[in-house]
This record gives sequence, C-alpha cells and structure tokens, in this order.
Amino acid sequence: MVPAELRESLETEIAAAPHPREQAINVMYAFQRHYGYLSDEALVEAAELLGLTPLELEELATFYDFIYRQPVGKFVIHVCDGVVCWMFHENSIFDYLCKKLRVCAGEISADGLFTVLPTACIGFCDRAPAMLINGKMYGPLTPEGIDEILESLKTEYCEMVICK
Amino acid sequence: MRGETSMFEEVLFKNRQPERPATLDEYRRSGGYQALMDALKNRTPEEVRQLVLDSGLRGRGGAGYPTGRKWAGIPAQAGFPRYLVPNTDEMEPGTFKDRILVNIDPHLVLEGIILAGYAVRAEAAYFFIRPSYEMDAQLIEREAEVARQAGFLGKNILGSDFSFDLVVHRSAGRYICGEATAQVNAIMGYRGHPMKDRRMAQDGLWHRPTIVDNAETLACVPPILRHGAAWFKGLARTEGGAGTKLYCVSGKVNRPGCYELPIGTPLREILEGPAGGMLPGSELKAFMPGGASTAFMPAQYYDVEMDFEPLEKVGHRLGTAAIMVFDQKTCLVAATLNLIEYFARESCGYCTPCREGLPYIRDLLWRLEAGEGREEFIPMLQQMAGHMGKSYCAFAPGAAEPVLGLLKYFMDEIREHLSQKKCPLEADQPRRTLWYPAV
Repeated sequence: MVPAELRESLETEIAAAPHPREQAINVMYAFQRHYGYLSDEALVEAAELLGLTPLELEELATFYDFIYRQPVGKFVIHVCDGVVCWMFHENSIFDYLCKKLRVCAGEISADGLFTVLPTACIGFCDRAPAMLINGKMYGPLTPEGIDEILESLKTEYCEMVICK
Repeated sequence: MRGETSMFEEVLFKNRQPERPATLDEYRRSGGYQALMDALKNRTPEEVRQLVLDSGLRGRGGAGYPTGRKWAGIPAQAGFPRYLVPNTDEMEPGTFKDRILVNIDPHLVLEGIILAGYAVRAEAAYFFIRPSYEMDAQLIEREAEVARQAGFLGKNILGSDFSFDLVVHRSAGRYICGEATAQVNAIMGYRGHPMKDRRMAQDGLWHRPTIVDNAETLACVPPILRHGAAWFKGLARTEGGAGTKLYCVSGKVNRPGCYELPIGTPLREILEGPAGGMLPGSELKAFMPGGASTAFMPAQYYDVEMDFEPLEKVGHRLGTAAIMVFDQKTCLVAATLNLIEYFARESCGYCTPCREGLPYIRDLLWRLEAGEGREEFIPMLQQMAGHMGKSYCAFAPGAAEPVLGLLKYFMDEIREHLSQKKCPLEADQPRRTLWYPAV
C-alpha cells in the first residue's frame, strides 16, 4: 500500500478532475515514483483509486513506453534511436551503454543503478546524439562524456524529474 | 543571402532571451495579451474565426490543414462544453520546434490558446505534452498560473463573460498519440488508437466538439489578430503562402537548430544561412523536408521553396518542416531501416497492413543492408509500401514515405548493396541494428 498521505493527495486530484479517467497516467506516474516501477500490486491499487478494473489500467500501462511494468534501475536511460541521433552513431551509443553497464535492453545493472532502453526520437535533434536519464536530457554524447555522466550519477544527488 | 534572412523580423521568436523563457512582463511589453484584450472587447468569436480563416494560416503540426476551416468545422448549433487541445506531442522524428517555442515565449503560446478557445467558444484546454518534455510541461503549468493571476485565464477573463482554463495533460509516450483522434482517446484515459471517420469538431473529447491544434499554429494567432490577415500573408516568401515558419534543421550541418524564417524560404537559404552549411567533409546527399513521414529528397531539390504548395507541386510534403540532412557518408538503406524500425515499434498494432507490413519491410531492408538482398526484394518493397495505403490511419502511409523516396531516388544505392553483397558505405565496424549487444 502507498502511504496514506500520497493516497489522499491522489484521491483529491482524481476527485477534482472533471473526468477521473483523464488522471490515469498521472496516477501511474505517482505509483511508479513511489514503488520504483508499476508493480502488479501498484497497478491494482492505482486502478482501484481510479475506479477502473486492473485490466483497463493494464491496457494503458502496457501501451506507454514511459510506464515501467518491470523493475528498473534507479536511473532509467532512454537512448534516442531516432534517425538524426542514429546518423551520428549508428546505434553505437546504445551498444556502448549496454556493454559498459553489462546489461541488455531493460535489464538492471548489477549495482542496481541503471536500466537502458531504446526510445523513439526524444525531440533533441539539435543536440544529437542525445539521451534522457530520469527525464533529463544529455547531449551531444560521446563515449567519454557518457563515462563522466554515469560516474557523476553514482556519486551526486540527482533530482528525479518524472519517470521514476 | 545571410543578409536577406537577417533583415527579416521574427514574429514568434521576437521575445527570445538568452538561456531563459520570456516573462509575462517582457511578453506584455512587446504587445502581448493586447490581442486578447482587444478581442474580448471588440470582436465576436465569429470575427476572430473569420480573421484566422482570411489569414491563410495552415496547421503547423504536419498535415497543413487550414486552421480557420478546422475551426469552422464546429457547427453553429453545436452544444457545450467544447474543448481545445493544444498539441505539443511533437514525436515526429527531427521535430523540436514546439519545445523551443514554448521555452522562448510561453505566453505567446498561452495567448494563442486562449484566443483559439475564445474563437471556438471552448471552456477548457487540455495541453497535451510528451514525457521527454517534462521540463516544458512544468514551465507551462507555472506560466499558466502567472497568466491566471493576471486575469488572462480562469473565470470571466478580464471581466468578460468568457471563462476558460488550461490543464496540462502529461502523456507517457508513443508516436501515434500525436494524431488528433488518438490524442483525444489518450486524454480520456484510453489506449491511443486513432478513430476513423470521427470528426473531432463535432465528436471529440467526451463526445464534445474539440479542436486539436499544434502549439506553433496557436502561437500564430495573437500576431494575426494584432496585425491583420493581409500582414500575415505578406510575411510569406511564396505566393499563396502565409506567415513565418519554424524550421528545425538537424543532421550533418554546422549549426543544427530551430530557425524562424518566412514560410517558403528556399532550402538553400536555410541550410547555407542560419544552419551554417554542411559539416566539413560532408556533402548533401538527401534531406527529409518535414519529419520521418516525409520522403527522402535528393540534392536536385536544393532550391525548393519550403512551403506547403511548392513541395506538393513536386510530389512531396512539408510535414512539420523538420529538415533532416543526410550526407554522402550516410547509407540511406540503413537510414530507412532505422526509420522503419522506429515505425514498426511505434505502430499501435490495431490494423493488419501496419502491424504486419512494417516488420516485413524491416526484414527486407535488414537483409539488403546485411548484404543478403536479392533482386526480387525491390518489387516486394514497392508492393509492401503500396499496401501501407490500405491501413486504418495515416501512420502507415507516412511510414511508407521514406521507403518510397529511397526507391524513387536512390535505386543505385540499393543496387550497390545487391552487387557488392554488402553495404557500400559500411564503416570498419559492422553496423549494429539490434538492441542486444554481443556480451
């Protein structure tokens, strides 16, 4: 169960919305922030808050790539594989991250910190090649730059923007 | 050439500040919210709609539908409430103009939204924004509150009988949600599937009249009201065009970025002017004029005027005017493969041509790129790309565009893949196309 305080604030928001179902994504994000991902338990709890069946919410959860139905690392790296980023690195940024962190797409690195996901064009083509980490944009990327970013995330506090 | 573009006075970007968005005060000092004050006092919603129709403004989200005509799609006797959906999904690859616009002048976008709301007599706007623009969603929420405090949003705006408010609706991804009918489903908390034959202007959000307009389109509305329809038309470089356009240039150029220029500015001037020309060692091989669902165009179109009609005349589309520049070192078969992988993954899977056809095309391209292509793949690609037109929505025909462009203009490059049994441009390292590394 989520803490009573979070539950109440979500209930208030849902009640205030003219159409409660419009809040479905916000509620899933809130649960995801709390649990780290949208677990089965969270899905049932969120659906109940929204007055939906778990299946109705599952339909949405599995539609969106920023809702994580499986456990993810503390930092979720969305690597842009849009064509503009691609023309600068031909998928090597993604491969570099996977090799460096010793993970496949969607897995969690051994230290529990990182998950790497391929992502549709993130709209930072002027900063290509680019990636998002917990919603924050990094680019233009180089292997050396990536090493620095990963190191700093291990040691410095990073504000969670949205996804987790 | 540089002179010509720098002489031009920016309309949408005129309040640009270094490294931060313009404030409400800065926006107001440049005449901001005057159009709203004037409209609420002196113009009926019908007059605002007529002015926008007369201005020749065409939607900036990709389809280029005349905005005034879209607004006129709400029947006079249609009931209330009515809704406006400012669309900042912007998931078309290569496109980032709305992000830049919102960051430069959030109140210009907000005033455009409020005016459009007034014109169609909407009661609320659902500002639809993608997850990778979370910082911009927060910015709009903050500035909307500033506008609310100043009396521009909320109940009885500026003492009039017009009440209108804005909600930021956060998306959680997926390209198809940029399509108007899919977007309406997504906002209502359903899967973002498109709805064929549903007229949003009559039967949109919660079955109410709804107008979905791109953020750049809406930002054009306050200047049109302030300066008039003739002035707006006069901004264009082309006969029959109207306004300025935010061109996003990316790829192998020196200064990738978003530039506001008169609509119809020739590609040459955009690339050699603000975009700073090709990168050293790069030559222009092809460009996509407006995102991933427009076809590759070869260098012979270097002087084409970047406006809806001139591109239609040569069989192409302006799309979102996101110009992606490919150089001679980039393999266009591989680039098409990347684009089709994107579309195959983003397909909602609802209808067969899109769900089954795109992976089929992907497989053919993958084998071509890997040197396993055969001559008969070419008619197969042609046929499969043709089938995309039989899909439920515009997603699959858009996805077919890069394939058709490749087949039309770059057949030699395809044949080189066949004859050499490998990619002729492949670097020393084999190009990886899978997401799983060989660990």
